[in-house]
Amino acid sequence: MPSHDVLIIGAGLAGQRAALAAAQSGATVGIVSKVHPVRSHSVAAAGGINAALNPEDTWESHAFDTVKGSDYLGDQDAIEIMCRAAPDEILWLEHAGVTFHRDETGHLGTRAFGGASAARTYYVADITGQAILHVLYEQLMKHHEQLDRYEEWFTTDLLQDDNGRCAGAICRNLRDGHLEVFNAKAVILASGGAGQVYEPTTNGLIVTGDGIAQAYRIGARLQDMEMVQYHPTTLAGNGILITEGARGEGAWLLNAKGERFMEKYAPNKLELASRDVVSRAEQTEINEGRGFPDGTVALDITKVPRHRTLEALREIVNIGRDFAGVDITREPIHIKPGDHYIMGGVKTDVHGQTNVAGLYAAGEVACVSVHGGNRLGANSLLDTLIFGRRSGEHAASLANAIPMPSIPPTRVKDTEASIAAIMRRESDGRRIAAIKQELGATMNEYVAVFRDADGLAKAHEIILRLKEEAPNAAIDDRGSVFNQDVIAWIELGYMLDVAETTVAAAEERKESRGAHTRTDFPGRNDGEWLKHIDVSMNGSDAPLVTYSPVTITRWEPEERTY
Amino acid sequence: MSEYTLRIRRFDPESGGAAYWDERSLEMGDKRSVLDAILELKDTQDGSIGIRCSCQQGICGSCGVRINGKPGLACNTHLDAAAARAHNGDENVITVEPMGNIPVIRDLIVDMDAVHWKKIRRVTPWLINKEPIPDREYIVPHDNMVDITQPMACIQCGACVSDCLSMEVDPGFIGPAALAKAYRFVGDPRDAEHLERLKDLSEDEHGLYDCTHCFNCVDACPKDVAPMNQIMRLRRIAGDDYHINDRNNGNRHEEAFVTLVRDYGLLHEAELLPRSYGGNSWFGKFHPDAGKELLTSLGTVIKAVLRGKISPKIAIFGHKLPSEDMKSLKQIYKVVDGRESRTELNLYITGYEDEDEIPEHAPHADDPTPLVVPDAGAPEAASSAEEPIEPAGESNESETP
Repeated sequence: MPSHDVLIIGAGLAGQRAALAAAQSGATVGIVSKVHPVRSHSVAAAGGINAALNPEDTWESHAFDTVKGSDYLGDQDAIEIMCRAAPDEILWLEHAGVTFHRDETGHLGTRAFGGASAARTYYVADITGQAILHVLYEQLMKHHEQLDRYEEWFTTDLLQDDNGRCAGAICRNLRDGHLEVFNAKAVILASGGAGQVYEPTTNGLIVTGDGIAQAYRIGARLQDMEMVQYHPTTLAGNGILITEGARGEGAWLLNAKGERFMEKYAPNKLELASRDVVSRAEQTEINEGRGFPDGTVALDITKVPRHRTLEALREIVNIGRDFAGVDITREPIHIKPGDHYIMGGVKTDVHGQTNVAGLYAAGEVACVSVHGGNRLGANSLLDTLIFGRRSGEHAASLANAIPMPSIPPTRVKDTEASIAAIMRRESDGRRIAAIKQELGATMNEYVAVFRDADGLAKAHEIILRLKEEAPNAAIDDRGSVFNQDVIAWIELGYMLDVAETTVAAAEERKESRGAHTRTDFPGRNDGEWLKHIDVSMNGSDAPLVTYSPVTITRWEPEERTY
Repeated sequence: MSEYTLRIRRFDPESGGAAYWDERSLEMGDKRSVLDAILELKDTQDGSIGIRCSCQQGICGSCGVRINGKPGLACNTHLDAAAARAHNGDENVITVEPMGNIPVIRDLIVDMDAVHWKKIRRVTPWLINKEPIPDREYIVPHDNMVDITQPMACIQCGACVSDCLSMEVDPGFIGPAALAKAYRFVGDPRDAEHLERLKDLSEDEHGLYDCTHCFNCVDACPKDVAPMNQIMRLRRIAGDDYHINDRNNGNRHEEAFVTLVRDYGLLHEAELLPRSYGGNSWFGKFHPDAGKELLTSLGTVIKAVLRGKISPKIAIFGHKLPSEDMKSLKQIYKVVDGRESRTELNLYITGYEDEDEIPEHAPHADDPTPLVVPDAGAPEAASSAEEPIEPAGESNESETP
């Protein structure tokens, strides 16, 4: 039985950063990932990472932009920690080898990004996530003696000891299908968001809300689950992301009549308003008949000098060519708002601790909450790294102080038996893909940019039906080696839990704030709803909905305009 | 919409059976991807088809496969483009196989760790910081960072490894992906061990000089990393800047090649081997090492003469070009040798190869002419080879603004 002081589940930016920090703090570390670490979806983060590192910039300005971007739902103590720590984190990355692009003087260069009052986004062309992820993996290889990597191991369950303390996890080695119990003094969930709950989404197929559901199932509280970000620029058919960096470099948004419509919605920041604002504006244009027949508006990147596009936006040149048949340096590309990110997640404190002892969460799986109702572009990479590191350090110090918790020996047998049962039974249920597709379409219709009570109720009803159907979904694969069918079946269960909690929270919040716009409750209502909605598991009953206060330190809520 | 037939190479290690072809048809849009088609089959017909995939946008590097004979990503290969290169003119038949040079685990899933990642680990794949580490960022030229964005853009998909001919012959070859990764550090002015890295890669008999310029990796790469170009740049820096004469005679071989083409207009085959081993002049053939190498190659030489591949006359006197052509050739050498620093082609810096007219609606499209990349810490002279100097113009030392 593998045993580590700190077990990290997920090897994207948050997980790898946590692993390096925990190892550096002297803990023994295991890092488990269902894919090879460089396949983690952090790789797709394009535009950059925010930090007030320029001498003229201040962390207060960064923090205020983040608070305002969150529509005042972000916790200001956590935001302050993140923004204060950002400059040092950028320098740490730079020293570790990240190839940040420079300005003419050879210093770190920046680009403009949405919702920010200064150009404070550090970047590597438009492959910033990839560049950072690959460099962190270089560091994992460098420190291989302190860090055990378990690549292509799928986590099925989190384990607790008799006192309810999180004591490790059960993981399946995809290579041969065998289950292993990983014992640990602390577990850090860093397994990312849940984009696949929506269809289409900018997120990869692996982003199935595993960690959110795993934590929820052992009693961890989820927070802000209704806050789902629709990114303003995604391709119509397949949901592929066109980086906000394009607008940061100067691209315009145009409706079908050729009007630069953001002048109406955000006269000062225009295309660089917060994402919720831009997505709402686009959806309004489309709904009111000023979009193109394919339900889109246009992003005009020809406003950016061609040489600059080729140097700094090369990835979306490829995406335009391969996935839309458009040369973005020569013609506008059709885009629309699409599911991109979940601000909510497993509720943690500023050290990454959840309400389950020994269980931490960091990155998109977590909700600290630094993003509140709406995340600013280029703040997610920062969130993963800052709170990944803090979780790693805190978990290592916790591990130093406690003995290895014990795990009930029968647990692995239960999981083994349930997987064996799935593989033995007749395959006459609905196909996994069909259930997943219905879920995605439902969420994209009723739990999207604009929401109302009727739609949410419909979504809720469909999700409950899918939850009944899912356990009997058909399994074709009876093998042990890379059985992707069994994994997809387990992931479907995770996604349905996430969808149910998202809808429950969205039904609860009867106001419009950040990414959550209720057409039946327009306008923000600070009097009643300046609070977090928490969701926790309530046996087999409907999820339990409670509230927790928003931490406000120095920025009182005010009207939000861009 | 068209009807496509997918022939997928299947292998189930638990069945005890051999690999086989699984043929299935479906209707799909021509601009949908091969991965879309495979996932559709998986979703609707057979969930047991094994393929790694995630992002579906050519960035995670999971879905490297061989499609109608060409390695690449399933997710960014359009069905019509794939079908256009079908074998035997089979209409709309798309063969999908696991990548080559890497053992298959199941169906289209290969053992990346056993080959690809092992080779990546071989090149000390992390930054060795130049000391002292500055308080703030290292100050380095913009163009250097854009330059190494090209190898940084590698998504570790393995497509180049799949069809590397040198690796097919010598499985020990470090290979295109790992050597491109090595350039990512050698081209990085913040790295302290350019010389050590280059020495290591040059002296390894499976290293820098094992590449035979077949261009397969350049064709295969879905991200324009052009691994072979990075290998050639490593060679130029190792040979021209650091003057590393490796024990594999790789650098001497290249020098001999260049000199012979300059002097004879075409390669003088019979002179190449003695010069590579004995020294880059007509006298090279009298060096004992050249004699030894000639002796071991005698069989090949005799075979070549018997089969008419070379004539004794050309072997002795070399090729002769018309004097006009020789003049043009000398001019090329003059221009290239006369440059103050090497011009390195890098798509991130120079834009597209087919750069044409500037679009009217681009307000101020910049000049697309190639830029000269400052060599990252390359020495000016042999004497300084032990201590790489700073890139031109900028100090790399800690400099708090």
